[in-house]
Amino acid sequence: MSKTEPRAKKTSIAWALIPLLLIALMAFLLIKAGPRGLFPGEFPPIEELTVGRVKLEPGKIVLVVTNGGPSEVVVSQVLVDDAFWDHEIEPGRTIKRLRSATVTIEYPWVEGEPVEVALVSSTGLTFPHSIEVATETPPIDRKFIITFGLLGIYIGLIPVLLGMGFAPFVRTLPRSWLIFFMAFTAGVLIFLGIETVTEALESAEALPAAFGGIGLIAFAAIGSFAVIFAASRWFRKRTGGDRRVVVAFLVAAGIGLHNLGEGLAVGAAYRIGQIALGAFLVVGFALHNTTEGLGIVSILGDKKIAIRRLALLGAIAGLPTVLGAWIGGFFFSPTLAAVFLAIAAGAIAEVVVDVMLAIKEEGAGAASGPPAMLGIAVGLTVMYVTGILIAA
Amino acid sequence: MKMPRLFVRRPKDEGGLALTRRQLLAAGSLGAAGLLTRGGRKASAFQHEQHLRDHFGNTTVGEVDTKIFNPMTYLEEFDRGKESIQPDGTVLREFQITSVDVEIEVAPGVFFPAWAYNGKVPGPTLRANAGDRVRVNFTNAGRHPHTIHFHGFHSAGMDGVFELVKHNETFTYEFIADPFGLHLYHCHTPPLKRHIHKGLYGTFIVDPPGGRPPAREMVMMMNGFDTNLDGENEIYAVNSVAHYYMRHPIHVKQNELIRVYLVNITEFDLINSFHSHATFFNEFRTGTKLEPDNFTDTIILGQGERSILEFSYREPGSYMFHAHVSEFAELGWAGMFEVT
Repeated sequence: MSKTEPRAKKTSIAWALIPLLLIALMAFLLIKAGPRGLFPGEFPPIEELTVGRVKLEPGKIVLVVTNGGPSEVVVSQVLVDDAFWDHEIEPGRTIKRLRSATVTIEYPWVEGEPVEVALVSSTGLTFPHSIEVATETPPIDRKFIITFGLLGIYIGLIPVLLGMGFAPFVRTLPRSWLIFFMAFTAGVLIFLGIETVTEALESAEALPAAFGGIGLIAFAAIGSFAVIFAASRWFRKRTGGDRRVVVAFLVAAGIGLHNLGEGLAVGAAYRIGQIALGAFLVVGFALHNTTEGLGIVSILGDKKIAIRRLALLGAIAGLPTVLGAWIGGFFFSPTLAAVFLAIAAGAIAEVVVDVMLAIKEEGAGAASGPPAMLGIAVGLTVMYVTGILIAA
Repeated sequence: MKMPRLFVRRPKDEGGLALTRRQLLAAGSLGAAGLLTRGGRKASAFQHEQHLRDHFGNTTVGEVDTKIFNPMTYLEEFDRGKESIQPDGTVLREFQITSVDVEIEVAPGVFFPAWAYNGKVPGPTLRANAGDRVRVNFTNAGRHPHTIHFHGFHSAGMDGVFELVKHNETFTYEFIADPFGLHLYHCHTPPLKRHIHKGLYGTFIVDPPGGRPPAREMVMMMNGFDTNLDGENEIYAVNSVAHYYMRHPIHVKQNELIRVYLVNITEFDLINSFHSHATFFNEFRTGTKLEPDNFTDTIILGQGERSILEFSYREPGSYMFHAHVSEFAELGWAGMFEVT
């Protein structure tokens, strides 16, 4: 028996190799002969170009263009506001499938006015891109890093820490109110989750079709849900830590991922002049995110933890905003944004599950009782109301 | 107070300075061009290129392949046909025209699937004297049915409207060249808009008895191309190639009489226009009279309208000519005369 076993294994691999070889052969023949060998008739080329990043400098427009179509595209001319314009394309005019190129145009754009750039391909197709309000892209220097860092701290870290200041108050609450506040956290998370999914879908729309936006989001979201689900259980088993504390860390991580996405969006929007960060907007973000801090300490309830660990929780939830703002400002790309946001959405969904399980542990029917239901509703409402302030 | 403000406007910014430097460069090349034009063409062409890149920005990039269609050759190429004397003593001119499906380059690297008379857009400039018998042997090698519709007097059967010439069929148009003037020919197969904007058109000149005074003659067909087929032109030009005469100025002599046969065959846009810099021209509307109708530097032509323009330049230098519809000029309908 022991002698025949390896032989049997080898045979089974060989059987699997045959279809694999056939697939490879078919792919080779198709690529070699082209679909024209099979389907007579000429197909007009389907060209697709997507403008990703745009940088405006004084007298200069720089675009990063991605070819998301099935065949290569040659960019022959560039139109700016319906005029042929001198330009340079790096690395070259021919953009291969799924490759990008940088188009640099010396153009005296006018501050505060719209600019429309159109790329003309060799087949005469035009790929327009509108810059709604032309404004200089801040250069990446020390000032930029400080500005965007402060931006993240104002709208991310400080509000979360302030919200966590409710910790001593939460500790004094009776049990039913604790359940209410834990459910409040779940409500906050559900709101953030929905917001994140919407933003991820919006980002996906700006992606070249070949990148399969929706599929990418589903993959990233489900993946992050599964990873965090497994990680949290492994973590609790290994450390034997208190469920409440572990869930509090998970909540902080979920909120942190969401804030990374938020930072990305705000950083990118600020960079391209899409939003003006007035005091009102910053206050709006602050109030909105204070709720997130309250959510973290609500999970801890009457569990006392060291101030150091409390600060760590705040950092996990709030600091990613800074990171996001930098990334968004430095090299925003819709692909990156969609992936980040989808990861956040998956993580938040998982944390909601853990929060509800933690509530369930508080007693029979706790997760479906009036305090829990009311908590979720109030959490959603508070997030909605403070969210109105952010509508830029 | 004004002077210091100018200097301290952007103290640390290189941008302001660079712009000034570039402007200086452009101004320098302008001045140098004036001095060097007598020196030779090479220097002037180089200056011209500098001029475009530094000062203009508004230009197509690269060069078209002129082996297939050369706008410079087209400009002064007249097809007078095969000439023979008929029994009654009058002149017969026989022309051969074949329509084909062909891809043409309308801006460097931008290709347009055209339908073309003799493989070129515009088709050949046909020229006859008033009273000549004109015979056009037309063969359609294109996949779609086509015709040739001439402007001028002729019988109904020679109008090129109802007798669609199908793939690989032939038709012979015959008529007396009348009246003298600047006319055109084009396909009249429905859908008309498409058959014209695809490129089936050309200029038809009928010279008056005794001809016109000697001049440097050139044909300019104002046309446009809807390259992405959205019902609007992406490219405008005279003689098909966007900004061609901008990058390759037409060389003429100081005080030389220039005669431009200007035809508007633009589709989609109701009007087109012509504006000459630093000179005025006599306009002969449709060229059907020998006295000018107008003395101006800007005219408007509707679709199918044409005019003969006569002018000259008093001083050497580079002079633009372009559509005064600025949008068309920026989308390719602009050129230059280099006067020496």
